Amino acid sequence: MSRAEARDLAARFCAAFETAGAVPVDCDILQSAETLLDLYGEDIRSRAYVTQDPALGERMLRPDFTVPVVEAHMRDGAEPARYTYAGEVFRRQEDDPERAPEYIQAGYEIFDGRDAEDADAAVFARFAELLAEWELTPATGDIGILSAAIRGLETSERRRSALLRHIWRPRRFRALLDRYAGRTPVPATRTALLEAANPMAAAGPMIGRRTEAEISDRLVALREDAAEPPLSDGQVDLIETLLKVSETCPYALQHLRDMEVDLPALRPAVDRFARRCDRLAAQGVNVDTLDFEASYGRTSMEYYDGFVFGFSAVRRPDLPPVATGGRYDALTERLGQGRTLPAVGGVIRPDLLLALTEDRG
Amino acid sequence: MTVKLGVPSKGRLMEKTFDWFAERGVTLTRTGSEREYAGAVEGVEGVELVLLSASEIPRELARGRIHLGVTGTDLVRETLVQWDQKVEPLAELGFGHADLVLAVPAAWVDVDTLDDLDAAAAAFRAAHGMRLRIATKYHRLVRDYLRDGGVADYRLVDSQGATEGTVKNLTAEAIADITSTGETLRANHLKVLDEEPILRSQATLFRSRSAVQDERQRATLAGLLERIGL
Repeated sequence: MSRAEARDLAARFCAAFETAGAVPVDCDILQSAETLLDLYGEDIRSRAYVTQDPALGERMLRPDFTVPVVEAHMRDGAEPARYTYAGEVFRRQEDDPERAPEYIQAGYEIFDGRDAEDADAAVFARFAELLAEWELTPATGDIGILSAAIRGLETSERRRSALLRHIWRPRRFRALLDRYAGRTPVPATRTALLEAANPMAAAGPMIGRRTEAEISDRLVALREDAAEPPLSDGQVDLIETLLKVSETCPYALQHLRDMEVDLPALRPAVDRFARRCDRLAAQGVNVDTLDFEASYGRTSMEYYDGFVFGFSAVRRPDLPPVATGGRYDALTERLGQGRTLPAVGGVIRPDLLLALTEDRG
Repeated sequence: MTVKLGVPSKGRLMEKTFDWFAERGVTLTRTGSEREYAGAVEGVEGVELVLLSASEIPRELARGRIHLGVTGTDLVRETLVQWDQKVEPLAELGFGHADLVLAVPAAWVDVDTLDDLDAAAAAFRAAHGMRLRIATKYHRLVRDYLRDGGVADYRLVDSQGATEGTVKNLTAEAIADITSTGETLRANHLKVLDEEPILRSQATLFRSRSAVQDERQRATLAGLLERIGL
């Protein structure tokens, strides 16, 4: 597989996206490290190459196109808009040195708030069509359903937001759920703190930026949380059952509809899922055989907060997914400092497709 | 060709390493002037002493330029990606003990666990519009530890020295550093989190997995290891 072949294949995808109404967009390779760090957190450093510019400060070799495309759209785009792009992205592979540290991506993004499910379906259907010749297995999910379930839990707002914040960190999420359900013991340090008449008595001098008022606020929050009744077993079961939903779309929909009885807050999100299935079918996708996993995208796709999808080669489990995508309204909201900008999109890796073609000989 | 043994070039780490080998019948000495980094090995034939900064020893081992090296586990784990495929620990030498720990201001009475740190970081970000900063020079180890612990809303800031002072100087809210007694932390009004340390480190003898060996070097190495009881 040569780079030129990957580039040609990427160009073919871009042309197809242009036919679907996308405008080509070009992005810098050197991106502001500050912006990416603020968005993705410290973990991005272990995945991206960082370099120094004496005048501009820390720069990152673009680890993906999402951020620069959103920035370009916010700068001079008008809604609705569709974009396509192709080019190298750079990823450090500390844990998997056999994986490529640079490769080409071809992408398609839709910024259109009029009918979110229709835009979701449009992206997925284009991908399915373009990838049809490679015999890939698609998987879909919807982070919006899990977050709707959390928002509907009968517990304090503080606990709900803590769970929402950790949707993408399954281990911490599990630990929080167990603690709120009273299944793990309260740490001794916490008990001692809550029993202390004046916890600040032995605090010593205040140093650093975090203020005494912030500490007091958290003490109040901890006392309130200690008085909060445990999350009921039924509520924990609901979340656990939901996370295990993994079947074809029609069965998943049925299953989720059943769950609405115990968790009415699910309804709007499940309605959206149902509408997306209809839109997918209308775009020619066979929804009856399409897999839906409620926990899909939880470990690898932070900031995807609605529909998520991926296409993988079942015969090559060693390869990462060939294409991935989803809805990232939360990311645009943070980048736009509160301005909402509904967005959905995805990327394809031509190099992996070429490797699959070679396999077939 | 000789077998190359890398040893820290100065300070207590060097002296203790010399003592450790001496107890096992191998005499390491510095030769030449005080400032010259040259050394000699007695008690076993064909071994060359290479005096290096402790922080360079992991990389020299990984590149195969030295066959054996003494350095801290912390430096090996921080410097080398997939360290266990590049070097093999042969013996813990029983000195140079230090723990890599996370420390926060002692005044943070509400923060004792990683869970607390995560909650404090979330509130801090909301209140200050910036991620909670943790000063350290052990970026990879700390990042991996916090990822495993599910801590979000923090960022690491680089600190190559006097890390304990960064909180007071308002360049960080918390720190991650090596400590043996915790005295410097206490003097700077910091406390260690009530969790397992990020890493327990001590001076360790490592073997390079990539250094090339001919027949003679193989024999020399076997002889040296037998001599020191490994």
